[in-house]
Parts: sequence; C-alpha cells; structure tokens
Amino acid sequence: MARVRLPTVLRRYAGGEAWVEAAGGTVRQVLADLGTRYPTLAHHLLDERGDVRRYVNVFVRDEEIRTLQYLDTAVGPADEVLIIPSVAGGQPRSGGTALR
Amino acid sequence: MARTQVLLMAGTQKGAFVLRSGLDRRTWSISGPYYAGWNAYHVNWSHRHGMLMAGVSSTRYGPVVGLSRDLGETWEDAHEGLGLPEDSGWKVNRVWYLADGPPWDPDALYAGIEQGALFRSGDGGRSWTLNRGLFDHPTRAAWTPGNGGLCLHTILFDPEERRVYVAISAAGVYRSDDGGETWAPRNRGTAACFLPDPDVEFGQCVHRVVMHPSRPAVFYQQNHCGVYRSDDRGETWRTIEEGLPATFGFAMAVHPRDPATLYVVPEGADESRLAVDGKFRVYRTRNGGERWEPLANGLPQEHAHLGVLRHGLATDPLDPCGVYVGTTTGQIFASRDEGESWSLLCDFLPRILSVEAAVVET
Repeated sequence: MARVRLPTVLRRYAGGEAWVEAAGGTVRQVLADLGTRYPTLAHHLLDERGDVRRYVNVFVRDEEIRTLQYLDTAVGPADEVLIIPSVAGGQPRSGGTALR
Repeated sequence: MARTQVLLMAGTQKGAFVLRSGLDRRTWSISGPYYAGWNAYHVNWSHRHGMLMAGVSSTRYGPVVGLSRDLGETWEDAHEGLGLPEDSGWKVNRVWYLADGPPWDPDALYAGIEQGALFRSGDGGRSWTLNRGLFDHPTRAAWTPGNGGLCLHTILFDPEERRVYVAISAAGVYRSDDGGETWAPRNRGTAACFLPDPDVEFGQCVHRVVMHPSRPAVFYQQNHCGVYRSDDRGETWRTIEEGLPATFGFAMAVHPRDPATLYVVPEGADESRLAVDGKFRVYRTRNGGERWEPLANGLPQEHAHLGVLRHGLATDPLDPCGVYVGTTTGQIFASRDEGESWSLLCDFLPRILSVEAAVVET
C-alpha cells in the first residue's frame, strides 16, 4: 500500500488524517482507491474529466507526475505520494478572468 | 427553544460569513469565514430545507455546493452530478447562484453555474442534474463570457405557471415556458452596446434581473448597457433610467412587498466601476422605475470609491424592510427603514461577492 500525504485543507475529508494508505500500481489507481473511501476528497483533487486539477501537484519519488507519466506514473508499494497545492494557485490574477 | 432571527449571509472572495440579529436588526453577531480562503460566490438560505447553501470554489480544489443545517457550524460538500458533458469540452468552474425551487417544484433546489448552465437537485442539494434543454441550446456556441466568466447568475420562477427565467452574462435572458424543457432568448429592447449592432436577439451582458412574485409578468434588469423593465414576461424591454446618474451598474434588489420599489447602485462607467463622483449612493424607485431617487443618508459621500457586484444588494422581508449592500472593499451598509438611512454594519471583510437576507426560525 502506498502512503499518500494530503494537503492540510483537504484532510478533513479523510477524517483529519495527514497520511492515508491507498492501493494501486499507478497514481490513477491510487487516487481511485482514495475516491472509493473519500469521494469528496477525490472531487477536490480531480476535475470532472478525471484530470488532476490544475493547481494540484502530485509527487512520486520527488518528481511531479506531469513530468513523468502523469496519472499512469507507477507507484510502488513502498512509495509515498505527496499531494501538494501549487504555489501558483490560491487566487486568480487581477484582470482577465478575475472575479466578476 | 425556537428563536426567530435575521440572517445576513455574505459571500466573499475569502469565504462565507453569517451575520445574525434579532428582529430589531440593531445588534449583529458575525461568524466565519467558512470555507476560509475559498471564493464564496453566493450564500443563501433554503426556506424549504431549513439550511444554508453556499456556492463555493477554490482555484486549487474546484467548486462545490456547501450545505449547512446548523447555521454554519458544519458543512457538507455536495458535488455529485455537478459536471458538464465530456463531449462538450466544458467544465464547471464556479457555482454562481443557489435558489429554492418554485411552488410548482416545491422540494427542488436550483443552481446556476459557470459555464452558463442550470442544475437542479431533487434531494436537498446532495446531487445535481444538468438541465440539458438550456445546455444544448442552439445559440450556446455563440455565447461569450463577461468579465467574470460565462455565468448563470440569476434564476427566477413564475410562482404559478411553469416558467423559468435565467440570466447569463453574456448570453442574455432566457425563458422556459415548460418548466425548463425548452428555452428561448428574451432580450428584445435591451442593448448589447459592446457589439457593432447592439440590437441582437441574444448576447446581452445582463448583470442582474429581479421580479416580485405578486407580479410575475413584470421584470427589471440591470444590464451592462442600461436599466430596463419588461411588462410582458421578458418579451420586450424598455429603459427606466430617469433620475439615475449613470446607467452602468451591477446590483439590483426588489422590495419584499411592494413590487414597484427597487434598489440599484449606479457606477460611473464600464472602465471605472466605481461610485459616481466618489459619492456612494443607493438609488430607489417607488414607481417601477419611472423615476429614481438617491439614498445617501449615512453613506459616505466624499472620496468613497466603492463598488458593488451583482449580488451585493439585498432586502429582508421585515416591515419596514431592511436593505443591505456589500462592497468590493469589504463593507456592509445596512438600512432598517427601506433605505431612508444607513449605517456601516460591518467593515474589513474580504471582497464581498454577494449578500442575502432572510428571517429564519431556528
């Protein structure tokens, strides 16, 4: 079972836990396994197409999956999957698609 | 023991706030922010289900409908079904508006979302179903977003007939005469002043639409390009701008009992979007828009460069009615006498995206 570290703000959707275990040989499977137990957590990590949300980074072996095989990145049984919000997220830039 | 109180719900750029007062509306408590750091676009009360509902979104973690049955102490994130068809190429960005269903659909909840779509829930908000009639409308391909995105920000119902009205920036007003199965644009007489030909069937940047249920044929609209009234369920619109210092603005609210009394907050121009001449004023009409009068008693009148967004104005159902306005700089001004006088109710909130008022028994 891989260990998955959750962002602080999303831990309440997994019983308050910072680390949770999940089964699966790829990131996709690991997140799907989390989703069966914590559907709202999964909603906040993956959009309605099943893509990782833009400002959510997922690291396996210190590499972000978008530089690897994305959701098909292999996850070993002793691996840690770190889900960390991107520093670029938080609020939209002013102008353009700014609020209202 | 049951308690009757006034709720003032503020959606802000950094979360939702709930202010509470007794019926005298003199002393208020405030709680929040709920969903701290998230955009709370609309916070409203469901009278049918006796709960708070909030359209919230995080740029990192996506949108949800927040539901609270204990006045904000705890929240449930509802998101089942809140998605757009994969083959459409669209994704839900934000939940812009939440409303109870009409008397002819009594237990339903409705949500307006960005990207210009309507959702209905039949289970108290836990799951949602896309209205395909509107989403698949043949004009959709030509819809363009306003500055805030392609938002469905207003949902109104005829209380007796199965008519539904939605307002989308910048697609215009659309009406359904069959409970939401089919839709048609209803914008004749409103201008799309940002287009070479402003007289178009759809594509208007409608900012806010209100109606009073006692007059289901009469609608009022604050548009990007003017202030309008319709007396025929949206078939035709005419301008009602006499007495206004500017025709640009976002917010509009209707009196709870007098269908001819409305409130707006004019802003100088599209470019500035600030109070006219630095005088922050709410304008009121008592005759359905034939004439507007400024309300300024207790509102800042010097160097008050404030802005109000489309859901930043609300009334409560008490007599005399309360009027509340929330600004983009985090102030809430309140009136207990239908706008005759105002006071600063709250300051230093984050950018206010919406205010709603309700009287509830808890």
